[in-house]
Amino acid sequence: MSDTATAPRIAVRKTYKLYIGGAFPRSESGRSYVVTDHKGGFLANAALASRKDARDAVTAARKAFGGWSGATAYNRGQVLYRVAELLEGRRAQFAAEVRAAEGLSARQAEAVVDAAVDRWVWYAGWADKLAQVRGAANPVAGPFFNFSLPEPTGVVAVIAPQASSLLGFVSVVAPAVVSGNTVVVLASERCPLPAVSLSEVLATSDVPGGVINVLTGRTAEVAPWLASHMDVNAIDLCGASGPTPELAGELAAAAAENLKRVVKAGEEDWTLAPRLNRMLAYLETKTVWHPAGT
Amino acid sequence: MPKFEYAPAPESRAIVSLRESYGLFIDGEFGPGVDGRAFKTISPATEEVLAEVTEAGPADVDRAVTAARKAYEHTWSQLPGRERAKYLFRIARIVQERARELAVLESLDNGKPIRESRDVDIPLVAAHFFYHAGWADKLEYAGYGPAPRPLGVAGQVIPWNFPLLMLAWKIAPALACGNTVVLKPAETTPLTALTFAEICQQADLPPGVVNIVTGAGETGRALVEHPGIDKVAFTGSTEVGREIARACASSRKKVTLELGGKAANIVFEDAPVEQAIEGIVNGIFFNQGHVCCAGSRLLVQESVYPEVIASLQRRLATLRLGDPLDKNTDVGAINSAAQLAKIRELSEVGEAEGAQRWSPPCELPVKGFWFPPTVFTGVSQVHRIAREEIFGPVLSVLTFRTPAEALEKANNSPYGLSAGVWTEKGSLILWMAARLRAGVVWANTFNKFDPTSPFGGYKESGYGREGGRHGLEAYLDV
Repeated sequence: MSDTATAPRIAVRKTYKLYIGGAFPRSESGRSYVVTDHKGGFLANAALASRKDARDAVTAARKAFGGWSGATAYNRGQVLYRVAELLEGRRAQFAAEVRAAEGLSARQAEAVVDAAVDRWVWYAGWADKLAQVRGAANPVAGPFFNFSLPEPTGVVAVIAPQASSLLGFVSVVAPAVVSGNTVVVLASERCPLPAVSLSEVLATSDVPGGVINVLTGRTAEVAPWLASHMDVNAIDLCGASGPTPELAGELAAAAAENLKRVVKAGEEDWTLAPRLNRMLAYLETKTVWHPAGT
Repeated sequence: MPKFEYAPAPESRAIVSLRESYGLFIDGEFGPGVDGRAFKTISPATEEVLAEVTEAGPADVDRAVTAARKAYEHTWSQLPGRERAKYLFRIARIVQERARELAVLESLDNGKPIRESRDVDIPLVAAHFFYHAGWADKLEYAGYGPAPRPLGVAGQVIPWNFPLLMLAWKIAPALACGNTVVLKPAETTPLTALTFAEICQQADLPPGVVNIVTGAGETGRALVEHPGIDKVAFTGSTEVGREIARACASSRKKVTLELGGKAANIVFEDAPVEQAIEGIVNGIFFNQGHVCCAGSRLLVQESVYPEVIASLQRRLATLRLGDPLDKNTDVGAINSAAQLAKIRELSEVGEAEGAQRWSPPCELPVKGFWFPPTVFTGVSQVHRIAREEIFGPVLSVLTFRTPAEALEKANNSPYGLSAGVWTEKGSLILWMAARLRAGVVWANTFNKFDPTSPFGGYKESGYGREGGRHGLEAYLDV
């Protein structure tokens, strides 16, 4: 006779999937790979994204670009702030995931999650200030009104940091989307799970489907397809410095084909206050001339 | 064709729970004034008493300034910008959450149509806090040096025409830049400011960062002249603004003033007429003309004058005047008996000086303070109604032949707050914009406001800007 009251409860585990166009598909390839904690213990089978998944994600990002870049800056700011609000409400979950993924202490993991929330807030505030800091009225020597405004460049591919699974991820995604770009981001290969869970936050926080698309898989396999994709306008190679010494250079060379804007490979200390470089990397400057006279 | 009547469509008052009396909001709590004096605030649409409000005396103002100083030194200036930002974001969100309640309360206390308080005032209030929240941790990028410092305690006095919006224009940038504030709302419209005090409590804003003292001119004077404040921000009449400038002349206080206006709204012959008519109507009849930047002088190019006047009169006949809480109301109540008397007086002067007065057929409610939309034609530049701010639903129409003449007339004013230009020719818009001596120029639109867009006047319309990157300067030691 079993005693249901004393039997240990078996946890319900989550299936970690991709996040493309606002939906959560498995990889079209049907593949997955084992994700372990920092000690090598099994955590989950994450989707192993393929070339086709990467291309689907770019298509979704392109489709979302018109609406997202056309939204008012005020609206985009509020949406990013909403992400912070929802992430704040799930701090415990993310602290546990980051801890498992990165091997941090409980306190360190909580600090990382807090910083990630604050980073969304910081970038949310930039939405309606970028044009004020980066735009200008230019006093040209003639009877013209001349002004320059920043505009988003388009679809941005991001190879997320390998070591910092949440804070690093947020630190490379938020600066791309705040100005109206849409992104396809390849999560950390070894610790992809916090990014996948973050996509569940994104899906419920007013970020339109397709604005942020999250892939999990092998960096060396997927990144080249993003770097060479002709409908991608910019690429952040941040997390591409890991797998092989040559990969980052090869990706940058592939990106040259359609003159993608490139942010060079290299991990940073994501706990430091961010600079403007990542926002500026994905902005075009448009200058308008108009005659003045009766 | 059958004539359709509007059925009444009043917004429910039930969403607002008024207290019988309100204390002063000092150091995070409501409390009585030292000398126990109070005054009543009424609904200008019905003259119904809404609530009793405490009149702050000099001792109360002193308590408020002391609380603000303490909060500045021990709490607010110690907080990193990133944490100050979170309080402002919270306030923005609570304003959004309580938007309908605030809109109804604003319309009750001020007399403005619910359509405007609901669709313009309150959304802009939330937007203003949201925008400035984002600046709190980005001040080093605002163009004032690597680490701009706040000023300290700000004394802020605001008018009755956009009560909560003017509060937002004052408090949001002040707090974002790291200052603490003592704010005095207008004596006829204190209720949304007092509700805002409750919002500060809901947001857990540290005590003393925002203090609200209610009262009339004497309370304002006590605040402005208090030696413990570092900054004076005033929106109101040019006459009072001049007094404040004088009162602060030999102090170290930084002063910004947003004062009166007599904006020219200039319609060229190639302007899209229907669009221009909407802009003219919005320019002067928005908020019953209680707008410092109202387009109160209409300058029409002679060649289109008959057409513009005929269209304007046709359009004005469709405006609905009445219950501010009715969702179909276009023109609400005049805010106070005193303001109504001033509008009446200047309108009578307009007739006496020889201008022709016209109003659409318009039934005025028996109780409350009301004035019909009014247009004066045949106005010349020497008439008082062309020179003085009426601050009511009264439009003075003048004519011109050339852009140079339009410019000459538009700039012929001691004021310089705003101007409007209506033409399909972009180069003319920019030529005019470059020469108009006004802080805001609206082209083919009018009375547009946004937290990112600096607002403020030239000449006797005051100095300093509110909103945008430029508005931060008023609250930073630069």
